[in-house]
Amino acid sequence: MGTVRRHAFVECNADKVWSFVGAPERLHEWFPITECRVEGNKRWITLAAGIVFEEDIVTLDHDLRRFQYKIVNNSLIKFHLGTVDVIPDGDKRCLVVYSTDMEPEVLALPIAGAASLGLEKVKQMFNGK
Amino acid sequence: MGRKILFITTDQQRYDALGCNGGTIARTPNIDALSKAGITFDRAHPQNVVCMPSRSTMITGQHVSTHGVWMNGVPLPEDAPSIASDLRRAGYTTALIGKAHFEPLLDPFLRFTENRIGNQRKTIDDPADPHRGFDHMELSTHGAVGQLHYANWMRDNHREAIAGYYSVLDNELQVNAEGGGDTNAPQLKVNPIPAEWYHTNWVAQQTINWLNSLPADKDWFCWMSFPDPHHPWDPPASELHRVPWREVDLPAGYIEDKSKREKVIDDKLRHWRGWYDGTFVSNYEAPARWVPASMTADQVREVNAFTHVENELIDDAIGDVLKAINARGWSSDLDVVYTTDHGEFQGDFGLLFKGPYHVDSLMRLPLIWRPAPNAKTAPARVSAPVGLVSLAATFAHIAGIERPKYTEAPRLPTSNDDATNLGHERVLTEWDSVLFGKIVHLRTICRDNWVCTAALDGTMNKFGEGELYDLANDPLQHVNRWNDESVKALRDDLLSDLWANLPAQVLPLRNMDAPV
Repeated sequence: MGTVRRHAFVECNADKVWSFVGAPERLHEWFPITECRVEGNKRWITLAAGIVFEEDIVTLDHDLRRFQYKIVNNSLIKFHLGTVDVIPDGDKRCLVVYSTDMEPEVLALPIAGAASLGLEKVKQMFNGK
Repeated sequence: MGRKILFITTDQQRYDALGCNGGTIARTPNIDALSKAGITFDRAHPQNVVCMPSRSTMITGQHVSTHGVWMNGVPLPEDAPSIASDLRRAGYTTALIGKAHFEPLLDPFLRFTENRIGNQRKTIDDPADPHRGFDHMELSTHGAVGQLHYANWMRDNHREAIAGYYSVLDNELQVNAEGGGDTNAPQLKVNPIPAEWYHTNWVAQQTINWLNSLPADKDWFCWMSFPDPHHPWDPPASELHRVPWREVDLPAGYIEDKSKREKVIDDKLRHWRGWYDGTFVSNYEAPARWVPASMTADQVREVNAFTHVENELIDDAIGDVLKAINARGWSSDLDVVYTTDHGEFQGDFGLLFKGPYHVDSLMRLPLIWRPAPNAKTAPARVSAPVGLVSLAATFAHIAGIERPKYTEAPRLPTSNDDATNLGHERVLTEWDSVLFGKIVHLRTICRDNWVCTAALDGTMNKFGEGELYDLANDPLQHVNRWNDESVKALRDDLLSDLWANLPAQVLPLRNMDAPV
């Protein structure tokens, strides 16, 4: 099992960051993908190389500030669970954590790399706001 | 007009691959001629024994601890120093044709420029400030899948031949363990592709095309980077007659007797035995589902035969490029530097591929500098230890520009006396791998014909453990002298020298964003 985790401290209130990061249809605004479409608990994302992932949204917990999704209907991917947590650290700062557990494990690494870029974007957008 | 620079690299090639270094299987007359007219280094080491860190050292002139590409999958930052940028600023036009691999190959998000320009079918990203200082990039890797230029060329022109290549990854995206050929050796396949479509020939032809596009009076730096003889071993079937595998002698480093072989391995750091038994795969450089202990002598022969076919094809391709350069009238002003990024076990110790194993199989490299004939530099063989970390300063020297301040080693010497004057006393190599909880860290010094490797704390090794080899009396590194009291003072002196000269590691370590 490939298990990876990336995180970023953001100088902003957790609720404010969560209102953006916890909106599944806004993923393309911070994550390095080219398209994002949501219908009910389904999401489809398109990568720059043209690959499309179909995803099931399994958790969208506004109280816990946790979002979880699974890539589904993909013959290559045996298991996947992606988790985004926004954890308050006082009123003006929060920790955003992006975790991926995946089989084949090799795919967890490029997703983690993309998550690093995404978290950096979130920091740029919300630091000091 | 200044000196032109042809920098030729191969991938995963051993010192003894070449006739000029005592190799007896592949015929390499073009490279041998460069050696005869130039400076041949008999103790050249990489600063890391896998592709991305080693290539990053070549272009930056820095040790791994400084440039921070500590493992395959860790990208060299876009703004890292590049000797190509310095040469370009000095008026050179620059190209990299073939395998770059400063950035991960597995890149579905197209985060990295190498993949992005391939995907966009461009040969330059920003003409005003080109990526890593190269005015022209046409890239390839092993096989013909992915985003790079050679894969595009194959899809456009010879789609039917793509499947002839060995599939590097299996259906679960693991490094493929599937066997092929007559012996079912891993990562080996009889490839029906015509030789003229094979990537070695493509790299040479694109190089010739680029050179022919330049004005006669232009100074140029061309990095021609062959993906071979790196596995998979799948050269064109039409060329296999060059080296019939049944006639290949087993390499000197292959220990036929199993119990003796395992005794030698057990005398080394513990991760060696872990990999040999297939229980500890620390990195993506070898198929996780292949167990080295199962390898037969005939498989070693067939892998060696296919490797040497690839070595011969590289030599032929170099001959074609040198002929084209001669036709342009540039030969007298041409410097050629030939090397590789790291070695290959090729059967030594009953192993294939590469990893955290600091012995000659992986560390002793072919390195030749044939200075421009007009420079009138005397041919020489240099036994002093040198590293690929000296390449950037060497290119600056050839171009007549000041050695860039970011480089960490002097230029390559032209003789042993010159090596002494320049301070080439030792060469250092580092290994760090952290992959889903499997951790190996090694630091190595080569000096005075000894190789000393210190382990740092990891999954199987502890700080205070290591390996020590006497290269003069134990050229195959069968006897680990680390715990030998009679050489303890020497060992401790080597370790002091290692810690005193190794640059401090830039921390925190950057993220690994892909397996390769």
